[in-house]
Amino acid sequence: MENNVNLKSGEFLVKDVDANSIFIPEEFNEEQKMIAQTCRDFLETEIFPKLDDIDKGDRVLMKGILHKAGELGMLGIAVPEQYNGFGQDFITQMLVAETTGAGYSFSVAYMCHCGIGTMPIMYYGNEEQRQKYVSRLATGELIGSYCLTEPGAGSDANSGKTNAKLSEDGKHYILNGQKMWITNGGFADTQVVFAKVDNDRILSAFIVESNWPGVVIGPDEHKMGIKGSSTVQIYYNDVKVPVENMIGKRGEGFRIALSILHMGRMKLGANVIGAAKQTITDSVKYANERKQFNTHIANFGSIKHKLAQMAIRTYAHESAIYRVSKNVDNLLEQYKAEGCDYGHATIDAISHYAVEDAILKVNGSEMLDYIVDEGVQVHGGMGYSAEMNVERGYRDSRINRIFEGTNEINRLLVVESATKRAMKGEYDLFGPAEELYNSMESISDNTKAGESYFEEKLRYIKNFKKAIILTIYSTNKALGKNLMSEQEVVNNISDMIMDLYIGESLTLRVKKLEGLKGENPILKDIIDVFLYDAANNIRKHAKDAIYSSIEGESAEKLNKAIMILTHVKGVNTKDARRRIADKMIENNEYKF
Amino acid sequence: MKILVCISNVPDTTTKVKFTDGDTKLDTAGIQWVINPWDELSLTRALEIKDDASSGVKSVTVAHVGPVTAEPTIRKALAIGADSAIRVNAEPSDAYFVAAQLAEVVKQEQFDIIMCGIESSDYNGSMVGSMLAEMLNIPSISAVSNLKVENEKPIVTREIDGGKEVVSTSTPFVAIVQKGIAKEPRIAAMRGIMMARSKPIKLYEPVAVDALTSYKKFELPEARPACKFVDAENAKDLIALLQSETKLI
Ligand SMILES: Cc1cc2nc3c(=O)[nH]c(=O)nc-3n(C[C@H](O)[C@H](O)[C@H](O)COP(=O)(O)OP(=O)(O)OC[C@H]3O[C@@H](n4cnc5c(N)ncnc54)[C@H](O)[C@@H]3O)c2cc1C
Repeated sequence: MENNVNLKSGEFLVKDVDANSIFIPEEFNEEQKMIAQTCRDFLETEIFPKLDDIDKGDRVLMKGILHKAGELGMLGIAVPEQYNGFGQDFITQMLVAETTGAGYSFSVAYMCHCGIGTMPIMYYGNEEQRQKYVSRLATGELIGSYCLTEPGAGSDANSGKTNAKLSEDGKHYILNGQKMWITNGGFADTQVVFAKVDNDRILSAFIVESNWPGVVIGPDEHKMGIKGSSTVQIYYNDVKVPVENMIGKRGEGFRIALSILHMGRMKLGANVIGAAKQTITDSVKYANERKQFNTHIANFGSIKHKLAQMAIRTYAHESAIYRVSKNVDNLLEQYKAEGCDYGHATIDAISHYAVEDAILKVNGSEMLDYIVDEGVQVHGGMGYSAEMNVERGYRDSRINRIFEGTNEINRLLVVESATKRAMKGEYDLFGPAEELYNSMESISDNTKAGESYFEEKLRYIKNFKKAIILTIYSTNKALGKNLMSEQEVVNNISDMIMDLYIGESLTLRVKKLEGLKGENPILKDIIDVFLYDAANNIRKHAKDAIYSSIEGESAEKLNKAIMILTHVKGVNTKDARRRIADKMIENNEYKF
Repeated sequence: MKILVCISNVPDTTTKVKFTDGDTKLDTAGIQWVINPWDELSLTRALEIKDDASSGVKSVTVAHVGPVTAEPTIRKALAIGADSAIRVNAEPSDAYFVAAQLAEVVKQEQFDIIMCGIESSDYNGSMVGSMLAEMLNIPSISAVSNLKVENEKPIVTREIDGGKEVVSTSTPFVAIVQKGIAKEPRIAAMRGIMMARSKPIKLYEPVAVDALTSYKKFELPEARPACKFVDAENAKDLIALLQSETKLI
């Protein structure tokens, strides 16, 4: 049994983890809960009463709200004290991201400012840049933005054309180009702009102040959702950027951009939990009020199924979020102990967990889209009315699958990062996979007589791991270097890995919690349904991957092995889901 | 000048109330505890007064009668901005008991203005404030909707039937406040939360008090009967219902 804190990114694919070694959200301390409460109180007083006004897209209003958040210290949570922040650990940052995630457009403006708008300077900037900018971004005196995307450079971010030429006197870079989809752009004071110096192939990063001559801010885009968040194009016409405003070294920009996206993905993964819980509670309340056929709609099986499924996905995803947050905190401390400064230690620790952050980004955004969609459905016609918050939530959720790297890109990253790390020797994936492949005919599901509840569930998870590494190994063997360009197969593998990581985190959380607080049968229902579904999903994806890349007898042999490794006991999912839904119906909210 | 704000620790107002031990005790399982809303507003007003240098108020202390499990609520009051806290280490059994403990605290520490919520949202007894003043033999002013302090001189506004009454009083006194006392409860700022770590919570052991009351039984209100909707076109149906079911006509 491994201690979770020692796991390298992706290593969960081959290691069994001790439940007691993972961090679970039931372990937040008093101070962390108080910080979350402050964020919640802020939403209740500053955001929820103004949602309609905020969605009119008034730049002054949103900037004012960010300033108020700054007065409460909410903009400095991830910033160290010497730059006017509060230097909170990563777990607390993620809890804040979760809580503010219920804030619709505000959530996007807030996360953009605190994350991609501030952190490139915090993590990669020098002391003068941090003093000059970070210490004012942390209080809200300045509002930040992040300018990577261009009309011709979206997913392929390094292909941007924005150019920076060193002036003859060597004092300035002359910036020319165009950026697109810039969040907070309409009112931000600072921009982290990525551009190529001279004829460089790789980006560099600069701090640009919005009021410098030559910076032209376009009008706000008309968007499907998050209408209160400003999104603009920005043009740079011979903008003189002092050389001291380059962040990091020349050519380091692309690495900075990617690292910051790792952070953004993790935080997005936490963000969606807040929105999910809010939507579930709204839906439960509505189901408890609305009557049709002389009974509350909460009494209908179809509605219970939706409510339960929303809760299962949220609870499971949340388990994974806080599990990996602790990994980041631990690695960060280790890097610091090795002499790394706070900024680099933090961003290197976050970027290390590349497999996990891509999983959490994809799973979280698709989970929320599912939840808001079913949330609308629970509300029936009222769900389609702009009077209800679920309607806003439905539109606002959709962006999460697009920004911080599209889900297509992130699915590729899950598999690419996991296999790359294994190939680099960070952990051994191909060794055990080859062994498994060679002994395929003797594979068994390792059922043991008299195994306990958790022994059985953790055995399933162990088998899922085997199914996954077997699929990775066999498709790799068949496709070689071409695997990454067979994206459909990569997506299959990626989805298997996601279900595994989320399911394992869920099971470990409930096991640990049972040890701490005693048994809670509803949580076991959540595990039962999740793993039963996961087994079927993993089986289906493995088969798709195998039959799409391997032919003949080998494929059949592999299929047989997959069938054994994804075998789980039957579950009365209908009754389990009803119990989960009934618990929420009784509480009139999402609460476990 | 020193203000004391008495705070009680109550279930979050959205709690679904349940009882145990043959309906003699609140079932505390899963309850989230918060500062009594009236007390939170009192604290907010006390801090506003202190923020205004011309008031002459130098410190705001909170006092709570309750076991150690209430410390998160006290810590929250410190995070919101109270300078210090006092906890009397005892289960708050009834209003008389609580008032007697608070009276002891005031005698020891000497405060000029003592603020109590007009009621607490758990048992809604509305007694502690006046009992406390009586025990200390000092003035009490009830239904306070506004409190100002100018150069250490309190000016108190109270709600009366159909109007307002503005009074001045000697100190010390007990202000029994109602909700208009502050607009919105103050949100704990990050700095406050960080500072709350190192602010003192002074511990008092309870003084002996006779137990005058005990709980016999709690009852939940009867579930409200379902609402019947009558189509606006069908006045006849409405009349029939009023006759047959409500016997109103
Ligand atoms: C509201 C909003 C706010 C934003 N905020 C910011 C911001 O603050 N700063 C910033 O820099 N950017 C921001 N963006 C930009 C955002 O990050 C990009 O839109 C995103 O990266 C996708 O790029 P694209 O729009 O050019 O889509 P494209 O890259 O053109 O993608 C189109 C489709 O092709 C798929 N695709 C592309 N490449 C591949 C591939 N290799 N394999 C498989 N599929 C592929 C995509 O997944 C997608 O489905 C924002 C966008 C929006 C809509």
